[in-house]
Amino acid sequence: MSERRKTGAERRRPGADLEPGSEPADPLARLAVKKTWKMYVGGAFVRSESGRYLVTADGVDNYPWASRKDGRDAVTAAQAAQKGWAGKTAYNRGQILYRLGEVMEGRRAELALSLERAGESQPEREVDAAIDRAISFAGWSDKYQSLFASSNPVAGPHFGFSVTDPMGVVVIAAPDRPALLGLVGSICPVIVSGNVAVVVVSEVDPITPLILAECLATSDLPGGVVNLLTGKRAEVLPHLAKHMGVRALDLWDLTGDDAVKLEVAAADNVKRVTRRSLELEAWYDETRGGSPGNIERFLETKTVWHPMGA
Amino acid sequence: MHPIASGGGPAERGTLPPPGPTPPIDRIAVEERAAALGKRSIKKATKVAGLKLAISMMDLTTLEGADSPGKVRALCQKARTPEPGDESIPSCAAVCVYPTLVPVAKKALEGSRVRVASVATAFPSGLSPLSVKLEDTRRAVELGADEIDMVIDRGAFLSGQYQRVADEIAQVKEACGEAHLKVILETGEIGSYDNVRRASDLAMHAGTDFIKTSTGKIQPAATPPVTLVMLEAIRDFYYATGRRIGMKPAGGIRTAKQALHYLVLVKETLGDAWLTPDLFRLGASTLLNDVLMQLKKEASGAYQGPDYFSKD
Repeated sequence: MSERRKTGAERRRPGADLEPGSEPADPLARLAVKKTWKMYVGGAFVRSESGRYLVTADGVDNYPWASRKDGRDAVTAAQAAQKGWAGKTAYNRGQILYRLGEVMEGRRAELALSLERAGESQPEREVDAAIDRAISFAGWSDKYQSLFASSNPVAGPHFGFSVTDPMGVVVIAAPDRPALLGLVGSICPVIVSGNVAVVVVSEVDPITPLILAECLATSDLPGGVVNLLTGKRAEVLPHLAKHMGVRALDLWDLTGDDAVKLEVAAADNVKRVTRRSLELEAWYDETRGGSPGNIERFLETKTVWHPMGA
Repeated sequence: MHPIASGGGPAERGTLPPPGPTPPIDRIAVEERAAALGKRSIKKATKVAGLKLAISMMDLTTLEGADSPGKVRALCQKARTPEPGDESIPSCAAVCVYPTLVPVAKKALEGSRVRVASVATAFPSGLSPLSVKLEDTRRAVELGADEIDMVIDRGAFLSGQYQRVADEIAQVKEACGEAHLKVILETGEIGSYDNVRRASDLAMHAGTDFIKTSTGKIQPAATPPVTLVMLEAIRDFYYATGRRIGMKPAGGIRTAKQALHYLVLVKETLGDAWLTPDLFRLGASTLLNDVLMQLKKEASGAYQGPDYFSKD
């Protein structure tokens, strides 16, 4: 940790002067303005309703420590946003996700710096891949239906159609690494089809997701479509897994008893639970981390029979 | 000073002293106190008891042009047994409908303690000739309404014709006969807290049983400060005359938390005597589901979703 603090990026970071033990070089220099990191819920940047904070591993930043009520508020915000978001045309959702890529492009340096601070060895590569991933899923918005919907041959004078519908509120436990690519790569396939997401972000690097939140907030994405919570997963996730308003859990890199308990809690209203893990390099792979199969996991299939000639 | 009409009114009106000057309302203080009383944290058993009390005080309301007998029957069923299978949850106080749907509601609520309330007097504007309003009221009572929710003529009130407003209330009260009368002030249209207080005093001296904030058709509808002003008017009226007038905030009350806030306002202003469906009602349409969701959450430990509760 102490070694990492001496990187060039560390010295360039605003607020570096405020670190304990380091003297300001010039007593007349301007004091850097430190940012109050906030969670992103319902399109607004909020503190935890509990007022609690956690400190990042390097001891520099405070970030909110979400309570179960923050989880509930996030689900409520997501529910309110779902109908409007799913009601937008696929083309429009694609435009908005594309704009997310555009906004991230404008913040490449900030995102990369944050990843570097968290110890990522190839931050620029990850930011580029994350932007490309957002653009890629934006492109899928009006194309995945052709893959996952079908006209079915049926025995009788009927048409049989299977079409896809979004599920509703999906809770995502984002992977720890890659912090940014994993986050973008888990959020975009969920929301591109009209789902809304409540994301409990990585405990290892909570700051990069909060920078992404600022990108989400400025990319025409309606408030509440994506909600980001920081804090301790083990505290918030069980309540979200039990929440009757949640339709699916997307659990990344969760194993053992924790994951099983969430699955049991999710059984009450038969939530769809996916437990997944990808190796770091697989996230960069367009056919794995970027696969449209990730969209299909959070779709409901609706099959309709329609009489011919009517 | 707005002396109430001399002579010609119902007997009980004659026994009341004329209203004194309306005390001025301190807007800042009222809003601060109403907000402060909403900050109390009510948890666990207390919350459950409060929410059940709120259900028992609820006037389940549907006042849409699209109301049909089927919709009213469904609403009545919900008022009788808000949560089928859980007998610890009380029925609502009343169902509030338009006059033509009163017989439907009456039939659907037979054998239960849920009362039928009907709006009358050219709801929601109140801008019809007095004879029409009185006839409207009489017909609603004939059709079986136990309670009448009337609107005041805000145009008359705002142009200073307090006498006329008071006379109308008194005559509608007479037309109600046995039915309880609630007077809707439509606080969103009469402007200041001073006017709310004046209209409250006017209605109480004219003989109403309840004062009610709003029709639900105008924003803002019920708010905590407006309710506090009206509750204080009720308190002062009680001190002056010994009569207990009921209160009904209506419109815009959608969450369990808001409902508890109103209960705290009543408890702190008027005390336990008013915490009964006879003297306090909540007029609402979507509130019940949120309260049921909170109760279910307290019982099961899981936050609830709207998909598991009947749509109104």
